[in-house]
Amino acid sequence: MAEIIVVTSGKGGVGKTTTSAAIGTGLALQGHKTVIIDFDVGLRNLDLIMGCERRVVYDFINLINGESNLNQTLIKDKRIDNLSILPASQTRDKDALTIEGVQKVLDELKKTYDFIICDSPAGIEKGAMMAMYFADRAVVVTNPEVSSVRDSDRILGILQSKTLRAENGGEPVREHLLLTRYSPERVEKGEMLSVKDVEDILSIPLLGVIPESKAVLSASNQGNPVILDEESDAGQAYKDAVRRLLGENVEHRFLTASRKGILSRMFGGR
Amino acid sequence: MSLIDYFKARKKTTASVAKERLQIIVSHERTQRNQPDYLPDLQRDLVAVIRKYIPISDDMVQVSLDKTDDHSVLELNITLPEAS
Repeated sequence: MAEIIVVTSGKGGVGKTTTSAAIGTGLALQGHKTVIIDFDVGLRNLDLIMGCERRVVYDFINLINGESNLNQTLIKDKRIDNLSILPASQTRDKDALTIEGVQKVLDELKKTYDFIICDSPAGIEKGAMMAMYFADRAVVVTNPEVSSVRDSDRILGILQSKTLRAENGGEPVREHLLLTRYSPERVEKGEMLSVKDVEDILSIPLLGVIPESKAVLSASNQGNPVILDEESDAGQAYKDAVRRLLGENVEHRFLTASRKGILSRMFGGR
Repeated sequence: MSLIDYFKARKKTTASVAKERLQIIVSHERTQRNQPDYLPDLQRDLVAVIRKYIPISDDMVQVSLDKTDDHSVLELNITLPEAS
């Protein structure tokens, strides 16, 4: 049975696409057939983060309108079996997304995929609403910063009222908190909200904490999902988060400031 | 507690200021969630009617809708000015 997971946040720039790419790739690495859908119509970026921007021929809206079929539209990842990307349209506007159209595509994808990751655009407009409407689970990406936390809370309210699961009155959407750009050093100095602070306010289960890391930018520079950088702290943190998403009990790492030795202080390092 | 810790503890960190502010705004916004869209309009109209008789300001009227399993309660709270 396919599971639909929306990656959402409300606020822009907190790491939704980075997270969608990392989690989707991580699930595929674990042997699950996974597709990542970019719902950001007009501002597609998942293709760039995944490094397949030059292989886009057809897009999500073409597929909805029946102008292309699944085979023509899905981009198979060159690094990992089991992984496909469904790019957003760059030219149409978000009104091209309809509940019926999205449902049609999702129903078709459900036949062959184990996980469908919906990369939501920022905001709470059409694209974001469509990305979360059919979700079984939601990964709420949050930065330890006031505007991001507030927007996440707003998104949680929408997940609890404006989704198919909410409308049907059955089992609600399962919510997961993913705290990104976390800096334990700044938390210890009292300059940044801690994991516990954010958990206290949002009160949803913690899926993972991704430390602020140079690896994220260098991965996106190269079009590689950061989870493939196994040496990096962010890559490892995403890997842990994927295992937790699959139900494993994995202890949280990278929550405390590392005491750097003199050598690593002189020569940098991750 | 050392003397240094004592002085450190006296000054609030910016993170704790952030947390307090968030707790207040988030709890306020949560109470307004799940409220029907007509509630602000209803509140405005009620204030207009009451104002015909008593001088009140907008923030003196609180309207909220509480849903239980079998019925809903529309609660109207009006704070009257002193000496009226």
